[in-house]
Amino acid sequence: MGVSSYLDLRAATRARDRSLRDKVMSLEEAAKLVTSGEHVALGGCTASRTPFAMIWALIRAGVTDLTVSRSIISTEGDLLYASGASRHIMTSWFSQGIVWGVSKVMRAYTESGRARFEEWSHMAMGLRYRAGAMGVPFMPMRSMLGSGVLDRAEGAKTLECPFTGETLLLVPALNPDVALIHVQRCDAYGNAQLDGLTFMDIDMAMAAKRVILTTERIVSNEQIRRAPDQTKIGFFTVDAVVEVPFGSAPHECYGLYEPFYSHMDLYAEMTAKDPEAGAQAYLERFYHEPTNWAGYLERIGMAELLDARRRGSSIYDD
Amino acid sequence: MTTDLAHAGLARADLGVAPAAPAHTASELLAVMSARLLREGQTVFAGVGIPLLAAILAQRTHAPGLTILFEGGVIGPFVEPGKLPPSTNEQRCTRRANMLVSITDVLLMLQRGYVDVGFMGGAQIDRYGNLNSSFIGDADAPKIRLPGTGGGNDIASLADMIVAMKHEKRRFVEKVDFVTSPGFLRGGSSRADAGLPAGGMFRVVTDLGILGFDPESRAMMVLALHPGVSAETIRAHTGFPLPVPDDVAVTEPPTAGELAILRELDPARLYTA
Repeated sequence: MGVSSYLDLRAATRARDRSLRDKVMSLEEAAKLVTSGEHVALGGCTASRTPFAMIWALIRAGVTDLTVSRSIISTEGDLLYASGASRHIMTSWFSQGIVWGVSKVMRAYTESGRARFEEWSHMAMGLRYRAGAMGVPFMPMRSMLGSGVLDRAEGAKTLECPFTGETLLLVPALNPDVALIHVQRCDAYGNAQLDGLTFMDIDMAMAAKRVILTTERIVSNEQIRRAPDQTKIGFFTVDAVVEVPFGSAPHECYGLYEPFYSHMDLYAEMTAKDPEAGAQAYLERFYHEPTNWAGYLERIGMAELLDARRRGSSIYDD
Repeated sequence: MTTDLAHAGLARADLGVAPAAPAHTASELLAVMSARLLREGQTVFAGVGIPLLAAILAQRTHAPGLTILFEGGVIGPFVEPGKLPPSTNEQRCTRRANMLVSITDVLLMLQRGYVDVGFMGGAQIDRYGNLNSSFIGDADAPKIRLPGTGGGNDIASLADMIVAMKHEKRRFVEKVDFVTSPGFLRGGSSRADAGLPAGGMFRVVTDLGILGFDPESRAMMVLALHPGVSAETIRAHTGFPLPVPDDVAVTEPPTAGELAILRELDPARLYTA
């Protein structure tokens, strides 16, 4: 994945409609903003604020051959491989979560050479998005040096520092075609206020050429303007706003719901014996058969949803 | 301190522990021995699992002022007993923290030099403390594709490291299949020569003993054995020549108090089974 030309990047930004305008649309309409073969960055990390509703919509829309990047990728990586939506994922860690062990679906696709898992260190992923956000072609850093990860990292280079003579690593900027980010609340223009952990999302939004926000709820612009210090992603980076309650289920959304642990156990069980068939069965049952997002949540189940909400909203009850 | 331990007083047959010592799992032993290496006032960058448990145990015993960092972007939390997070990126990690920052910024604290100890688990380690969590077999045609580095490479590149892992011959190998997180690379000055002048392996804590690294050769050596473990046993579980001093120290077994805290923290045995 090469570094974008600076002038091309600027021109693309200048060509966007950056006015304060209503960007609210449906999941299906937003899915049409993503084209097969593009680089899609996913906000959140591991089991937190994963943009599952948008991933669900893209898989249903039948997009293929995306290059997908994320800080740490969980089950959505399995499903992107299994659906054919992506055969190339860039991340620092890939599995549902340490308590569920190594992803058998990831193993099946990567060990057979049918999909690529391009590994970078966590900080390298972060600094690659940051370089993209800053409009510079790379960032210098001091890890990955000497490791096998560096040997396999496409585009990373070492440099003798012109100031100190030290060996530094330069990691190339990432300017994703699209970033998918799930937030607690934003207005119709895309001013997003994030609670809790922000992961790499702020840099990702600035780096991306387009941003699709899914949000637990849409609030008024007046409410945003009452606390502009809480706005972490600015409207000028955002192209689409989709209101999707429980939009990161079965993962958590800080302060609102925790991960749906029983459902994550179910996924692990379904993919334990025959990972590929299990992932296909999961996609059929939870992605293709429901007619809308509410139908997906119904399949996960009301008891799970209420339990995740109860746990999620009691985090600061002491 | 509660001593309400179901298995207290039972001998651990495989290691021949004296009957007076409370029974414990290998994971609990790792957590206790690792916790004792942490010092009051330190800043520790902890991975999920045993490192997380050990850091909380240290907070609740001898190091109440220990500052824990999680790679999710958390500075100084106090995780609630019974609500351990599934990774270092969920809201459970943030309880009573001083500050939340982005992932990139918390990792940059390592690079800036604010972290005393990096602390993580390991799947495979070699004589020079290099860790592999990426590939078993040839990276181009792996027998097993593992989940990868996460923050491991960054932590191991930039901090003094404590690694906690089970001591098995297949995990302690002459040369790792792949260097995911750098130890002392090929020994001697090779780590610094590669552009990593700071940090490096400090201790490896296993269910058989505590290991360190020779200051010159940077090869792994035994510093202490757990009660009932012989030099022969630890060598038999290691895939490379392992120096054991004649007057090697013996660790104090986990106390009932330490084990009680661990069981309160992890009642479901997510990480201590």
